[in-house]
Amino acid sequence: MVKLASLDRKLLRDLWHIRAQALAIALVIACGVATIVMAYGTLRSLEQTKDAYYERYRFAEIFAVLKRAPLSLVDRIALIEGVASVDTRIVEQVVIDVPGMDRPATGQLLSLSEDPETGLNHFAIQLGQRPSPVENDEVVVSENFAEAHELNPGDQFSAIINGRKRLLTIAGIALSPEFVYAIGPGQMVPDDKAFGIIWMNRSALEAAFDLKGAFNEVSVTLMRHAQEPHVIARLDFLLEPYGGVGAYGRVDHFSDTFLRNEFVQLRVIGRAIAPIFLIVAAFLLHIVISRLVETEREQIGLLKAFGYTDRDVGWHYFKFVTAIATIGILIGLVGGVWMGRGLTNIYADFFRFPFLHYEMDLGVVGIAVFVTLLSASAGMASSVRKAVKLAPAVAMAPPAPARYKRTLLEQTTWFRKASTGAHLILRHLEHRPLRALLTSLGVAMSGSLLVTTFYFFDATDELLDVYYFLSQRQDISIGYNQSKDERIYYEASRLPGVLRAEPFRAVPVKLKLGHRVERVSLLGVPEGAQLSRLLDKEGEVITLPQDGVVLTDMLAENLQARPGQDLIVEAMDERRPKVVLPIVGIVEQYVGLSAYMNLAALDRVMGGGKAQSGAHLLVDKSQEAAFFATIKETPAISGATVKASAIQSFRDTIAESMYIMIGFYIGFASIITFGVVYNAARIALSERGRELGSLRVLGFTRAEVTYMLLGELFILVIIALPVGSVLGYAMAAYMAYAFESDLIRIPLVIYPSTLATAACVTLLSAILSAIAVARRVYGLDLISVLKTRE
Amino acid sequence: MYTFKTQNITKVYGTGEVQVHALRGVNVEIDEGEIIVLLGPSGSGKSTLLNILGGLDHPTAGEVFFKDRELTACDDRALTQFRREEVGFVFQFYNLIPSLTAQENVALVTEIAREPMAPEEALAIVGLEQRLDHFPAQLSGGEQQRVAIARAIAKRPGILLCDEPTGALDNETGIVVLEAIERVQSELGTTTALITHNAVISGMADRVIFMANGQIAKIETTANKQKARDLHW
Repeated sequence: MVKLASLDRKLLRDLWHIRAQALAIALVIACGVATIVMAYGTLRSLEQTKDAYYERYRFAEIFAVLKRAPLSLVDRIALIEGVASVDTRIVEQVVIDVPGMDRPATGQLLSLSEDPETGLNHFAIQLGQRPSPVENDEVVVSENFAEAHELNPGDQFSAIINGRKRLLTIAGIALSPEFVYAIGPGQMVPDDKAFGIIWMNRSALEAAFDLKGAFNEVSVTLMRHAQEPHVIARLDFLLEPYGGVGAYGRVDHFSDTFLRNEFVQLRVIGRAIAPIFLIVAAFLLHIVISRLVETEREQIGLLKAFGYTDRDVGWHYFKFVTAIATIGILIGLVGGVWMGRGLTNIYADFFRFPFLHYEMDLGVVGIAVFVTLLSASAGMASSVRKAVKLAPAVAMAPPAPARYKRTLLEQTTWFRKASTGAHLILRHLEHRPLRALLTSLGVAMSGSLLVTTFYFFDATDELLDVYYFLSQRQDISIGYNQSKDERIYYEASRLPGVLRAEPFRAVPVKLKLGHRVERVSLLGVPEGAQLSRLLDKEGEVITLPQDGVVLTDMLAENLQARPGQDLIVEAMDERRPKVVLPIVGIVEQYVGLSAYMNLAALDRVMGGGKAQSGAHLLVDKSQEAAFFATIKETPAISGATVKASAIQSFRDTIAESMYIMIGFYIGFASIITFGVVYNAARIALSERGRELGSLRVLGFTRAEVTYMLLGELFILVIIALPVGSVLGYAMAAYMAYAFESDLIRIPLVIYPSTLATAACVTLLSAILSAIAVARRVYGLDLISVLKTRE
Repeated sequence: MYTFKTQNITKVYGTGEVQVHALRGVNVEIDEGEIIVLLGPSGSGKSTLLNILGGLDHPTAGEVFFKDRELTACDDRALTQFRREEVGFVFQFYNLIPSLTAQENVALVTEIAREPMAPEEALAIVGLEQRLDHFPAQLSGGEQQRVAIARAIAKRPGILLCDEPTGALDNETGIVVLEAIERVQSELGTTTALITHNAVISGMADRVIFMANGQIAKIETTANKQKARDLHW
């Protein structure tokens, strides 16, 4: 059996003596380690899973949509320098009528890739099988859609395909790397009930859309070291005569962009939140170790007098801190792996990856351990140095009595009038300003974590409020198959229950300013539009000028555009008109990148007469059923988005991906407050136990004595609340900035109720730790207090 | 009329095999306004008796009466109230609050007392009217002990209990402190019990209680009571 050195035995006993405090610190450290391991571990696992998914199912790297091109063009595309493989398909949007659903859904119809070896964008069959090559009414549907409607292989639903209603039979249910994130027209987030992907035999689609020997979408993979911009330019050149609307890489692919954004968010969480725990842990270690060195002053002197070197003594305290840090690291690693596995599962489920790799990444563990030890070292540095530097003769003499002095605050009348108990509290506060500062800052950081966590709820509410209630005020938006026919607008306004209809036109365009290019939708809005409104930064409604383009603020930022500048607008439809238009305004919009124009002006500059892409409608609730029944039978309408269900789906998505994380962080923040307040109170108790005991002897009640001990902490916690709000706001601002993407910008809004909730949670955990310490005040041994020297 | 009366009180610390009998059946009466000195070797039970009289501790058996009130029947809350209203304590190591000035240390007690004197007045009784604003760290040991006495008497307690009040002081300073106690007793008529190892101090007592082995060995009435300033050791 190994015999422990006496110093190590002392270390173990000292640790045991302050076990509750050590555990509180270890838990704060554990939260930091767990956050790092969870965030980065999940991130790496998801990235690896995504890469494997993309590779296994041959997800393309460049995509291009066009009107119609002959298959013979494929050979010319394959000859473009850098192209590894080419696959073509037919893609169309249709209205789907699923049994049991009152409103129509929108379907993205895709032709099946015929060659699993060389083809691109395959799916992973989850249930059933591929359609038989001879069965033209058999389809494979996306798993999200199938699950939302409880559809199984063998089930049937109908779709209006090129004006003809057809009954389709589900052969299989599949997932695809292309549609990890699939959103229908007008949706902010996936609404699985309203939008589905449908794969069909190519021959069936060729026949239905009159595209025999032709295609309207092409996908390409690249050779290693290929120049993507070069391939895109060549592809655009080749496809232009066939109505190409511009090729784009994965960077502009909706689903891939979404995944990248999610990964950025995980990285931001690891980077922004983990340091909070480690900083607080460093604070706590500093406070606890400096107190320990203070109380063990005479022991340090004794050790040195016996011949222990300064290094031995320093090493002793270093080991003490490292032991606490190690306990924290171990708990954090176990917790982090557990949470990481859970979170990866949640995300994998959310993203619907067909398989999942979760690996404990040793690199991440190494980083977590290193960063934690670094922060622990920072926390202990000054105290350990003090222990090392103590001269034995000085150390063995009792420390000079603490010198208190009258402080600035005492000049005030209020202070002079305050009770002696209040004097006691305030003098202690001012006596150790650094400790008071660190304690308050520690609690403030916990508060800031809560504010940041709750902020996401506020942001979601604000986003929905501004986007769906102030800006997009329609009940339902419908899309048209043919955009040339103005009569359709009159039909739309005559649909059952329609109270108001406003047409819109969406033209895919490339906007160029200097060397910057953005691919967006240029939306034509009619004059005096009431349903789809544009808002400025103050939330005021903007009237679209007769000429010129209005950009959303995110788009303006990407293009570095200012009002007054001229913009090159290149339409990506088959006519491809290219015009120069002035920027006449910037509007605030949280969702997507878009540009807006007066509808009549848009028709004018695009040439080719008036056109519409769809309409926003206000529909009488009582006639909704009749409305849906009619549009299900209207071939000219390609789809409908119901605002209420889009909002519900948005909330559900948020709930799924956020609530669990938020739960964790509320727990974590409570641990910080508890750890900070508990440690501060325990140290105050150890320093002032004799004083408090004397007060009890003098006739002060337990409650009065507890007030004198905890009053100081109460003040620090109260000071921490506004500081935490400010820090939380700053962190929320950083999160909003770091989470910003082309898909979405999170508004920086924190409601007063959020600050109040965060303050309540902080106070509650502070009170819990105060209760834990107050129990010790109640157990103070009054008699021993009288027999001890200070 | 007695201030305290104890009936056969015992105090046993610890349980099971390791038991310490601190008091083994103590019967004593302390009269109103007298000065009692408790003498005896360490472990003889002096402090235990004083703590029980002061409401800091409960006897294991027996009864303690303060005037007509049975202290042994009081719960913790009532004992706190008893200490608050009736008892002034002076300890060997002063037990002042380092973060409060002399005046504030006294005010701490007067704020919760029923009819206290002004802190300045209490400090004047112990001759510290010039040191009101000094913190404990700025006072000598004797001065600190006199602040402690001022703190103890400022609420005009019926009883002053002093546990080795001169134990940490040199003899000159010790005399000054004893003079303060003496003055308080004569001016306020406070019943005073004082523990000491120093037999000379018994000269200022009305009666001396000798304790040994948890029992009262004997009680002597002082024939020639001396003034504190006439004591020498």
